[in-house]
Amino acid sequence: MIEVKNLRKGFRGVEVLKGISTTFHPGKTNLIIGQSGAGKTVFLKSLIGLHEPESGTIAFDGRLNTKFSAKEKRQWRQEVGMVFQGSALFDSQTVEENVMFPLKMFTNQTQAEMLARVNFVLDRVNLKDSNQRFPAELSGGMQKRVAIARAIVMNPKYLFCDEPNSGLDPQTAIVIDNLIQEITEEYQITTVINTHDMNSVMEIGEKIIFLKDGIKEWEGSSEEMFKTDNETVVSFVYSSNLFKKVRQSYLNETK
Amino acid sequence: MNYIEHIGKYYLMLKQVFRKPQKKRVFYDALLREIEELGLKSIGIILFISFFIGGVIALQTALNLDSPFIPESLIGFAAKRSIILEFAPTFCSIILAGKVGSYITSSIGTMRVTEQIDALEVMGINSLNHLVLPKVIATVTFYPFLITLGMVLGMFGGWLAGVLSGLFSGISYIEGLQTDFNPFLITYALIKTLVFAFLIATVPSYHGYYVKGGSIAVGKASTQSVVWTTILIVITNYLLTQMLLT
Repeated sequence: MIEVKNLRKGFRGVEVLKGISTTFHPGKTNLIIGQSGAGKTVFLKSLIGLHEPESGTIAFDGRLNTKFSAKEKRQWRQEVGMVFQGSALFDSQTVEENVMFPLKMFTNQTQAEMLARVNFVLDRVNLKDSNQRFPAELSGGMQKRVAIARAIVMNPKYLFCDEPNSGLDPQTAIVIDNLIQEITEEYQITTVINTHDMNSVMEIGEKIIFLKDGIKEWEGSSEEMFKTDNETVVSFVYSSNLFKKVRQSYLNETK
Repeated sequence: MNYIEHIGKYYLMLKQVFRKPQKKRVFYDALLREIEELGLKSIGIILFISFFIGGVIALQTALNLDSPFIPESLIGFAAKRSIILEFAPTFCSIILAGKVGSYITSSIGTMRVTEQIDALEVMGINSLNHLVLPKVIATVTFYPFLITLGMVLGMFGGWLAGVLSGLFSGISYIEGLQTDFNPFLITYALIKTLVFAFLIATVPSYHGYYVKGGSIAVGKASTQSVVWTTILIVITNYLLTQMLLT
């Protein structure tokens, strides 16, 4: 579980996050949505420690990350998996080397043990027989799956995904969404996803946080999102005619 | 950002670079890869340039010492001094700053803009130590060999140029090479090489690591890194010469 309390962060005098508080539960897919510039990426990067918050706390299963010793921080890092927007695969390494990298760095496993684990996670993300290919030889969807495999190879307790569907066709996007949700439930990971994709919101959003101008504007499940009368959320989420119709039919059915 | 800030940031970077590697096995793999990338793949260009510049130095010396009162062996002596003192360590290092420096900046810069460095940090890896230390060790250990090869090839190029052109005899050239041999000059050249190798690895790494933006920013950073590495090589060359030879 991740508990965020009154998180604030700014750059050069401009406050980007203005006191965000929320809780993310394990085994659930938590989505952060909002317009561009709302502070989603800064929020996510603050959670994973790439940005130092100016004030506020982030507790990972009761452990405050601001009070971590160097050793605790190293330990905590190994409990975190991250899927970056552009996959961030090491382009000089093969798929196998990419996924094996955290194991090489942080475990004392033999080559055979590491290879077995790599093959297991690659199989889990439906990427068999791609071990010796380089990231440049893979499609966007395959790269995302390798990034997910690398993120889960250390059995993380927390999984963070920054726009995992960006640049993917709708079919592949659903495959990636479902994969993340399955993994989250299967391994009881606390997953936080930063997304613009409203399909993802409808499909896998068990908890959704809507950010606006660095403030948490709204919080709830995808079902609650259908019912909400928060105008900002409604105008953002249901901006397309398709989603307006989907919402209307949902509201008609539940009347 | 002003120069003082850059210098401060550069030293803070070095503080992170010179830490104990987190995993020896991974470090040695990276080191071998860097020796191949930064060292072995530079042998060809250094040998090629050394050979021909050595020839040019000998020919020009011969053409400018066209007097019956000056012994012919002076051509070999002057060529040797020029090659050992300046051409091999300084000129070759400037060539390496262009070839290797732009490679280092663009590869690290691309890692920065494609979030690969963020990925390392999220995993809990000291990215500076992981990326830069193998490059520093590779250049500092390999470039003295490379520059020594450059010296040998340069002097050989001078000999061959004389023999082929008929401007001076090979025997007198070799006699000149052997005249008044001072081993300290080799030490001086290698000390310079070590310092230049350090600059060639760290200055481009600094430009690549702190790049902001996209591919254009990486391109600009590569150019800047070559310019700054060259400037620093020239300045340190002057300072080291002042300190070691005067």
